[in-house]
Amino acid sequence: MTYPSDWRAPSMLGSPGRRMALLAVLAAYLVWAIGSLEIDWDRMVRGLPRALDIFSRMMPPDVGDRWPLLWRGMIESIQMAIGSTLIGMALAIPLGLAASRNLAPRPIYLFARGLIVVGRTFHEVLIAIFFVKLFGFGPVAGLITLAFASATFLGKMLAEDIENIQPGPVEAIRSTGASFLQIVAHAVAPQVIVKTLGVLIYRLDANLRHSTVVGIVGAGGIGATLSSSFSRYDYDFAAAILLTIAALVAFGEWFSDWARRQIR
Amino acid sequence: MIRSEPQSEYYAPRHPEVWQRHTPIQKLIHWLWLVGTAIAAVWAVSSLDIEWSFLADAHEQAADIATRMWPPRWSYFPEIIQPLIQTVHIATLGTMAAVALALPVAFLAARNTTANSLTWAIGRGILVASRSINTVIWGLLFVAIFGPGAVAGVFAVAARSVGFIAKLIAETIEEVDGGQIEAARATGAGTLQIWWVAILPQALPVLIGTSIYRWDINVRESSVLGFVGAGGIGLYLYASINSFAWQQVLMILIAIGVIVLASEALSAWVRGKIT
Repeated sequence: MTYPSDWRAPSMLGSPGRRMALLAVLAAYLVWAIGSLEIDWDRMVRGLPRALDIFSRMMPPDVGDRWPLLWRGMIESIQMAIGSTLIGMALAIPLGLAASRNLAPRPIYLFARGLIVVGRTFHEVLIAIFFVKLFGFGPVAGLITLAFASATFLGKMLAEDIENIQPGPVEAIRSTGASFLQIVAHAVAPQVIVKTLGVLIYRLDANLRHSTVVGIVGAGGIGATLSSSFSRYDYDFAAAILLTIAALVAFGEWFSDWARRQIR
Repeated sequence: MIRSEPQSEYYAPRHPEVWQRHTPIQKLIHWLWLVGTAIAAVWAVSSLDIEWSFLADAHEQAADIATRMWPPRWSYFPEIIQPLIQTVHIATLGTMAAVALALPVAFLAARNTTANSLTWAIGRGILVASRSINTVIWGLLFVAIFGPGAVAGVFAVAARSVGFIAKLIAETIEEVDGGQIEAARATGAGTLQIWWVAILPQALPVLIGTSIYRWDINVRESSVLGFVGAGGIGLYLYASINSFAWQQVLMILIAIGVIVLASEALSAWVRGKIT
């Protein structure tokens, strides 16, 4: 029996034939997908010098006399994030209870689950457009958008926790003759509160991220300032805003990690 | 000899008459948290200069829009097939590009594979920059560079996803089994060979899982990239809303809902198969 003189790691994709077939499928997909992008090659070629131009005009980032604009936008974003997280939590408690199979009657359960699916499916910016139509331009639309998105997100997480609780305490409290609210307060809440606090802090971080973009469709916050600085070709201010957003988001992520470690 | 339990009258119990779950100090801390949260909430909501008169008739307006939306304009569907396909393509191409870029970045940002603290800082810097800027904002930037169109969308999705994917791979690389690295090194393998043979295969399940998970997030994100001109179905949605074509809006929303839910289900199914 002869052995090959050099060893090759076995391929993860199987036989050479299968590998070629996969590569062919990939190539065909790339051709189809790239073809569907309607690429304007002229514009693409001009993109590189343009990118350099924009970048050179971004450097150094400069705020100049527009500090009040930057400051107001950032504060508005932070306020939207905090406010919407808390409103979202307040709404998520009834929603989460309603979406728990083990607590809620069937029709209420289905309605709550439907609401959760809607909130999870549509991007925050998309929901924001509708609230801008309803409430006009400004941070109220953003606040309500993020509150809605947070309520469905937190509600879903809460419902999953509640569906997984130990049934023993619920039964014990119920056998003392407790009402539904007393059962929730003494048997359900203690079992889910720690995890829910963690999710809440995570959502605060997520809302901080989203509060920087909903302004692009007119829902308040720093996004509006950024968008208008781009359309005015005011690139050094845009760069300053981008850096501030990045710092804020990085801080939010650090804070969220820290706070969740404290809870555990 | 077995000693009997102490008599209860000897150790007079000092428990309260009514059962309390928390000590007074715990209660005080809970209250302080609640008060602090309430102050934050009041500050956040009160200084947003809310125009309450707008809120008053919001439910009427919502009902008005809802009635104008119904029924969805099914005949509009053929016109949005192409943009819908483009939306999914933006997500897929962006994710593919991100995976290709994320691999080197992950090796830079993992402590055990990076060359020195400078390269580590560069790797980490790319992670933070990529992750801190939202896809839509990346879209704004790339539209300024490449002009409006799906290309800007692909770049935006890739730019945001690189950090997401690379961060998770870097964390996996930091936790790989050292024995395999040593075994590969003992055969005289170079650094790149060690990465390819000993580290990458261990990180592969995470790489595939993360990429597919990011892909389904990206489908959702690319549905709104059109709002800043970066291609896909968002452009059509924005145009329909601005021309008050509410029945078209509902048609588009249904279509977006279907592709987002379908991609989420597909992603969950594939990830379930791998792990």
